[in-house]
Amino acid sequence: MKKTFPLILVFVFGILGIIPFFVPHPFIQNSDEFLRNEFLRILAAFALVLGLGSLLRVHIDKIKRKRENWQYSWILIITFVISSVIGLFGGVRGTGILPTTIGTFQFDIWTIYWNVAVPLGSTMFALLAFFMASAAYRAFRVRSTEATLLLAAAFIVMIGVLPLGDRVSPHLPSFAQWIMDVPNVAGQRGILFGVALGVLATALKIILGIERSWLGGGGK
Amino acid sequence: MNISGNPWIWVSALMSLAIFSFLYRDNPFYRFAEHVFVGVANGWAVTFYWHNVLAPSLFDPLFRQGQLYYIIPFAAGMLYFTRFIPRVSWLVRIPIGLYMGYYVGVSIPATIQAYIIKQVQGTILSAQNFQAWNAGNAGVVWSIILFIGVICTVSYFFFSREHKGVLGLSARVGIIFVMIGFGAAFGYTVMARISLLIGRLQFLLGPWLGIIE
Repeated sequence: MKKTFPLILVFVFGILGIIPFFVPHPFIQNSDEFLRNEFLRILAAFALVLGLGSLLRVHIDKIKRKRENWQYSWILIITFVISSVIGLFGGVRGTGILPTTIGTFQFDIWTIYWNVAVPLGSTMFALLAFFMASAAYRAFRVRSTEATLLLAAAFIVMIGVLPLGDRVSPHLPSFAQWIMDVPNVAGQRGILFGVALGVLATALKIILGIERSWLGGGGK
Repeated sequence: MNISGNPWIWVSALMSLAIFSFLYRDNPFYRFAEHVFVGVANGWAVTFYWHNVLAPSLFDPLFRQGQLYYIIPFAAGMLYFTRFIPRVSWLVRIPIGLYMGYYVGVSIPATIQAYIIKQVQGTILSAQNFQAWNAGNAGVVWSIILFIGVICTVSYFFFSREHKGVLGLSARVGIIFVMIGFGAAFGYTVMARISLLIGRLQFLLGPWLGIIE
């Protein structure tokens, strides 16, 4: 029961996922729309709550045991609770029951998101530019044919999309575009075939109950 | 220089500088900003899922409009929480099975259609593909290069035979295409990150410090 019932569900819902692709009948399409846009969307929202529960548990445990850098867990919990309360009771744009303005100062969740989460996220990704430059330097030190090809392609593509590329040679931007359209597509497409076959094999293994690691506990 | 008086601009700027401080080394300012990011991003996620999914798609139909069949997704969703009760924790497999089963099923025809059929269609040597380049006779050459590149790349990932002879040669050509592909993807990713960096610097020098317009 503990193992067989979830496996049957996976099989049945797996088939339900495949059928709408081949059967355009309105009943099938409408049922699929309800399943996808209502039922499973709700399940995804509950999964988020579960994930947040796990996140909070990890950080509360860190505080209790006073693990390294435990003080920062307080920062996470406090900012999470404050932004959740403001978002849940204040509405997305301050239309809820909780007031989210003091004079002209707004602090609704939309304002917080755009002024805290978005700049922090883009700065984190911007930081990667420096680390990628360092990785490129290390790759160049390998001095193999493959590493040289990789860096040459990267260099041409980078220069080609800049206004500088046109100054260096008027043919450089179109050559960069050619690299993107022909050899790049050939390499990526070859890899994509392998990925697709892997996805298909794994999907079939899961639906047929051969792959059971998702059950956890060794599938018992 | 016209420094901003908007408190949110100051928050954004100081948080951005705290993240940039990681370039020197790991430090308390970076860790503070990192934890604020996780906290606020998750707070936003809770708000988003509540106001866009749970309230309009579950609680309103179930409790206000009396559409009782919504009890099924509600009950299935609640089963996620059995994860925290060891005696019945196996029940968490039910919502996971429902969700994963459906999307694994969806992925089968979608993968065949998008990643195999469409890709083969775009690779085969046909008059339609030759013309798709809008490059005259050069389109034929490019289609042939693309075709050879795909075949050789696939042969590079064929490990059931030793890479010797014809297979060795095609695998060698394949790795050249793979490396050019990785290089191009790398270059594009670096440019995307650089454009983010320029955006952050423009923010710091513009809206915050007022040095540039």
